[in-house]
This record gives sequence, C-alpha cells and structure tokens, in this order.
Amino acid sequence: MLLSQLQKGDSAEIVSINAKPTLRNRLNSLGIMRGEQLFVKGCSLAKQTMEIDIEHTSIALRRSEADKIEIKEI
Amino acid sequence: MDKITVVLAGQPNVGKSSLINAISNAKLKVGNFAGVTVDKLELDVNYCDAKACHDYLLHIVDLPGTYSLVDYTQEERVTKNALLEGDYDVIVNVVDSTHLQRNLLLTSELLELGKKMIVVLNMIDEADDEGIKIDEKQLSVILGVPCIKTSASKNIGIEEFEQAIVEASHKQEISGKVIYSDFIEEEIAHIVGFLEDRGYKSSIPYRQLAVRLLKEDENIYKKIHEEPIWIELQHLLRKSLEHIYLHSGSKDLKEIFIDEHFAFAKGAKMEVIELSSMKAKNFTQKIDNLLINKYLGIPIFLLFMWILFQLTFQVGAIPMDLIDASFGWLGDNAKEVLGDGWLGSLVADGMIAGVGSVMMFLPNILILFFGIALLETTGYMSRVSFMLDGFFHKFGLHGKSFIPLVTGFGCSVPAYMAARTLKNERDRLLTLFIIGFMSCGARLPIYVLFIGAFFGDEDAGNWLFLIYMTGAMLGLISAKILHLYVFKGEDEPFVMEMPKYRMPSMKLIWHTVYGQGKSYINKAGTFILLASMLVWFASNYPKQHELEAQYSIKIEKSVDENMSIKLSNELAEKSLEMSYLGQIGHASSWFFSPLGLDWKMSVALETGLAAKEVVVSTLGVLYSLGENNDETSSSLRDELRKNISLPSAIAFIVFVMIYLPCLAASMVFAREAGGWKYLVYLFIFTTSTAWILSFIAYNVTKLILGV
Repeated sequence: MLLSQLQKGDSAEIVSINAKPTLRNRLNSLGIMRGEQLFVKGCSLAKQTMEIDIEHTSIALRRSEADKIEIKEI
Repeated sequence: MDKITVVLAGQPNVGKSSLINAISNAKLKVGNFAGVTVDKLELDVNYCDAKACHDYLLHIVDLPGTYSLVDYTQEERVTKNALLEGDYDVIVNVVDSTHLQRNLLLTSELLELGKKMIVVLNMIDEADDEGIKIDEKQLSVILGVPCIKTSASKNIGIEEFEQAIVEASHKQEISGKVIYSDFIEEEIAHIVGFLEDRGYKSSIPYRQLAVRLLKEDENIYKKIHEEPIWIELQHLLRKSLEHIYLHSGSKDLKEIFIDEHFAFAKGAKMEVIELSSMKAKNFTQKIDNLLINKYLGIPIFLLFMWILFQLTFQVGAIPMDLIDASFGWLGDNAKEVLGDGWLGSLVADGMIAGVGSVMMFLPNILILFFGIALLETTGYMSRVSFMLDGFFHKFGLHGKSFIPLVTGFGCSVPAYMAARTLKNERDRLLTLFIIGFMSCGARLPIYVLFIGAFFGDEDAGNWLFLIYMTGAMLGLISAKILHLYVFKGEDEPFVMEMPKYRMPSMKLIWHTVYGQGKSYINKAGTFILLASMLVWFASNYPKQHELEAQYSIKIEKSVDENMSIKLSNELAEKSLEMSYLGQIGHASSWFFSPLGLDWKMSVALETGLAAKEVVVSTLGVLYSLGENNDETSSSLRDELRKNISLPSAIAFIVFVMIYLPCLAASMVFAREAGGWKYLVYLFIFTTSTAWILSFIAYNVTKLILGV
C-alpha cells in the first residue's frame, strides 16, 4: 500500500522508500525512514498535498512524493 | 583580545536567528554569501570571561538552515562548503529540543567533520511545556561534545552558551564522535590500529579518517591514494568493506551509513529523553484545523493577503507622498542653488528625481517585508505552500510563488525581493521571470488613459480587470513554457516541515525588515543613480540651441498666454524628437512599425523603461500638450483618439502589459536573480513575447474591424 492511498486520520508504518537518492535523502533527513510510524494529519483540496506526523514532526509532501513511500496500515 | 570564529549550523526553524538576536550588544551585519543570493548573517560579540579575566571577540557566522549535509539545495551547498572549507574555530550546532531525534541526525553528520563543536539545545522552555525532559549531561557523554540548554525567547542559558564557545575553542583534542554498530566499530578499530602502527601523519584524527575511508569519501581517497601507505591500506579496506556488506546485508554504503546515523540519533534520543506527560501539541493542531481546512483555508489566506496588500499600498502611500514631495523640494532647491543650466538639471531632474523614484518604494517594501516576516516566523508560510502548491505546481511553480506574484500587482520591486522566500534556485528564477506579467501599479495610469480614450469610462472597470487577468494568465502560461523548455530538469521534491505555530519575535522581525530595507537602499540606490543620469542625458542631449533661440523669440512675440504655452510645448516636443532618446525612437521605428506604433509611441515605450509613470507624461509632451498631463486629462485622450488607430492602441496596451519593468525593478531583478546576464535574458524574453503578442493583437483587431 502507498502513503498516498491513506486518508486523514490513518496511521501506518513505513515499509520502504522507493525514491531516487535526492528524494530519499530529503525524506530520511526529516525522519521518514523504514520502520517509522506515521499518522496522516490532513490533505489539501483534491489531495494534491498531504500532511503527515512522524515523531512529532509535521511534514507536508506532494502526492507524487507520497506515491513513493510504501506503508502498511496499523 | 582573542578572536574566536564560530559557525552556527542547524536545521531550519530551530531558532538560530533568535539565538543570535538574544545575544546582547551584538553588532549585526547582513549580507549575501559570495556569488549566491543566500542571506549571510554575521555578528561580532565582545565576551568577557570573568574567571580567566580575558576578553574575547566572538565572530559568529549564521549558516543557512539545512536538514542534512547532502548538497541538494543552494542553502545546503552553501552550508556544506562553509563547514568543509571555511576557516573557523568552533561549530555551534543549534538543536530544537522538541524535535531532538530529527535534529540529532544532522548533529551526527556534523560530528563526522572532525571539528571542535558544541551542541545548543534551544527552545528548552517549549520542551518543558510539552513535558519533555532532556538529560544534557548524558547527551554530552554520548556525543562527546558539550551540550547547553538555552531558550532564545526566554533568555535562558545565553551566558553559558558564550562561555562554552570559549571553552571549546581552547580544547586541544576533538572528542565528538558517532558511535556505530559493533560490526562497523570493529572495522574502524582495525583501520585506526593500522594507522597508529604505521605512525601515519594525518591532519584529521585517525577515527575520522577511518570513518571517511569506510564511507568512500572521494576527497580522502584522492589524497591518500598518492601515498605509500595506500598499498597496504587498500587490502585492509577491501576486507573491511566486505565485512560490512556481509553484516548489513546491503551493498549500498550510503544507505548503510544513513541507517547507522539514524539509529545513532534515535538511540541517543531514547537515552536522554524522559517524557513526563503526553501533552500533545494541541495548540498547533487546533489552529491548523481552521487555517488549513480543506474549504476555509484558502479564503482565510486570501483575506490575510488582502489585508497585507491594503496595508502595503494604502498605508505605504502616506509616506510615499511625503518622500515624493521632499525629493521634489530637494530638486527645486538644487535647481535654485545650481541654476537652470545643465548642472542644475542633471542634479535635480537626473540624480535627485531618479533616486527619489526608488526611495519612494521604501515604505511599501518595509511594510510588505514586515508582513512576510510575520507570516514566516509564525509558521504560516509553510501552510500557504501546502495549500497552494497543488495549483501552482501545474504551471511549474511552487506554492510559495503566490506571494511574490501577487505583490507584483502592486509593484515589481518588492515582488522581486519577496521571491527570496523561495529557497530553490530554479523555482525562484522561474518566479522572478514571470513577476513582470502581473501588471504593477505604475502601469495603471497608462491603461486608464488608453481605456478612457478608446473604450470610454463606462466599462473601464471591466476592461481593466480583463487586462490584469490576461496578464496573470499569460504569466502562468509563460511559466509553464519556461518550465518545460528553459528551466527544465527534475522538480525539487516538495517535502517540507510544517513548523509549530509560534509567537513572532518583534526583535527578529525588526532585524529582517531593517536588513532588507538597508540592502535595498544600498544597492538599488547606487545603480539607479547611475542609470537615471544616463536616461537624463539621453533625453536632454544633444542641445538644440538654434531651435531654442527660434522659439524663445516666437514665445516673446506671442500675445496671449495660450499661444506661448502652445509654443513651448512644441519646443519640448521637437527637442525630445531630436534628443538621443528621440533618435533612438526614430531608429527603432522598424521594430515598432509592424505593431502599428509610430515613433512617438515608440519613444513613450522606451522612456517607460525608466519608469512606467513616464509613459503618460512622455505622450503628453509628444502630442504637444505639455508635461502636466495625467491619465484623466481629457485633452490628451482626445489627442490620442485623433492620432492613434484602435488596433495600434491595443497593440500598445499589450506591449505595455508584457515588456520589461521599470529601471528600478530591473536592477532589483538582476540582483535577486544573481547576475546581469539574467537581466539580458529577461529583456530578450519579455521584449520578444511583447512583440509577438502585440503583433497578433494588432493584426487580429485590424481583421475584426476590417480596416
């Protein structure tokens, strides 16, 4: 399952990040790592961007970026 | 007095700037890093070590906030270069106590640089409020560097922080280190043992050297490759790397080390943090429920923007008139002192008028930047990007592009400067290039004049709206085209922290506003001075002595006042026609004639390069009505209607909508874009677009009217 498929209020654990080094590094440096748990705080209109909470940090990402993060719901 | 150079490094939103501002008696210097438009903040602080009775000068350089040391954005590159190549004594790593784990990730990267370092646990008051207790002594032990708790906003720990810098600078050995998993530590020990055995001479500690070798750091390899020790080392390294691959089950060294750093940061956090209560960040969540609400978020944002622009352009207009009047007064006095000759004219009409036209924008800029600083320091700006990115991304722009673009409707000068909020270079350049499409306030008189002359006053509002909207749409379309063909390449990922909402620090906002204002006056002021002298020269020379003599006789002979006014207007028209500027107008008629524009309109457009306000007054002069014409003058309207065909008028409007903004704006553009070559690109881009669209507009209108 992909992060972009989650709805507001869902929680999940990150299984893998399938992104190029640039993006992977950016995600990693914000604490988005395999094994971490996240929580979807909200989405903008038409789900073009979403806001997630990970380790008490709120992070906004585009749908195209959320597509590259594989998760499993918990 | 000893000088200690300190670099401040940390992730964004950790309060580095507030920390700097909390240091009392600091002398602040705002500038840019060499070659790039990344703000560079430096300050000198005198610190007296009471125990040792010694005075120190702390020279602190604030590096741009960065999440990691991988050089992807301009900020990251600047920070990384400064850290690797800069000449400094101590790194101060500022850390947000409420997001320790994420912050320690950067700390672990900094520790590997092998420099003297201290860690500042900032925002400790917020951590207390959230029930987060940090054992800083234990953290010091783990990281091997001193850790100091501070709160910039509550003024806690500032003295200790300065003391720690002095102490750290006196330390001989570098103690900071990242502790890896056992299988990596083992290999590090092997290599260190080998280096010790051979007594290898190294400028950095053996441990750091070993770690960098295992990370396959290119610079280290290049260096050590040339040395005799390489033959033996190579063999050892190969075995070590094989072990590491075997244990980690991966062959990607980067990934292995990122995982290691992450585990280190997480482990360190677990060991030093104690959560006494689970007070979540309800405050931020509650505000966000409203401000980024799916449906209400954007209307609320638009309301904020409306207030900001009202303040910028309405309140800003009050001192603007005063500044205008005082420069006018200064010019009049200068003329009185220096006489009506060329010197008086140069100083009054050239220099003072030119500089005055730039200084007039200062109130706008200060108010706008106050607003933007407020939006940024409270944390709202990130929400704006979050909400608008979906729309703007379709055109290759960024959510944050909205603010500079909307500012462009007021004045391009502050708009270009507002583009600084865009941290990615390509996003910023793209935004800078299309700001001109948002018709600025100074173009309004031209539109009003032409609409009044050709379409009447009844529908003026609608026509104006149409012009502004068409401009904005053209801007977005150009953005898309530029994005596809010029500023191409992969988009920067949009992954952004949404900081907590915070009360803004007035001191910090003041420093931002002051810094921006000062750099605006400094740079735009000097260039503008030169350029306005040039424009003055081109419109006043060569002098037409014969013509003037002829007319002065005629004027003297004229009986009534109307006649003499008419004659002096004719003189002004003829002088301008024969000036260098007029000559340019004639010379460039081949360029403008396909658009149906005569030489008078060409000259008006060309003077508009200096300032758009001048277009109307130039038209006034050229159509022999004297200089004191404004857009509501009915005689100028009649004159235009008589002399200009409708297709030409529309072509003229289209050209004005798109072509290069005024001189002041162009100067600021060149500075913000990062070079004069960009101004050349902008000139070519806007002029060709303006020409093509005017050409189309001219011919289509002609076709429709059947002329």
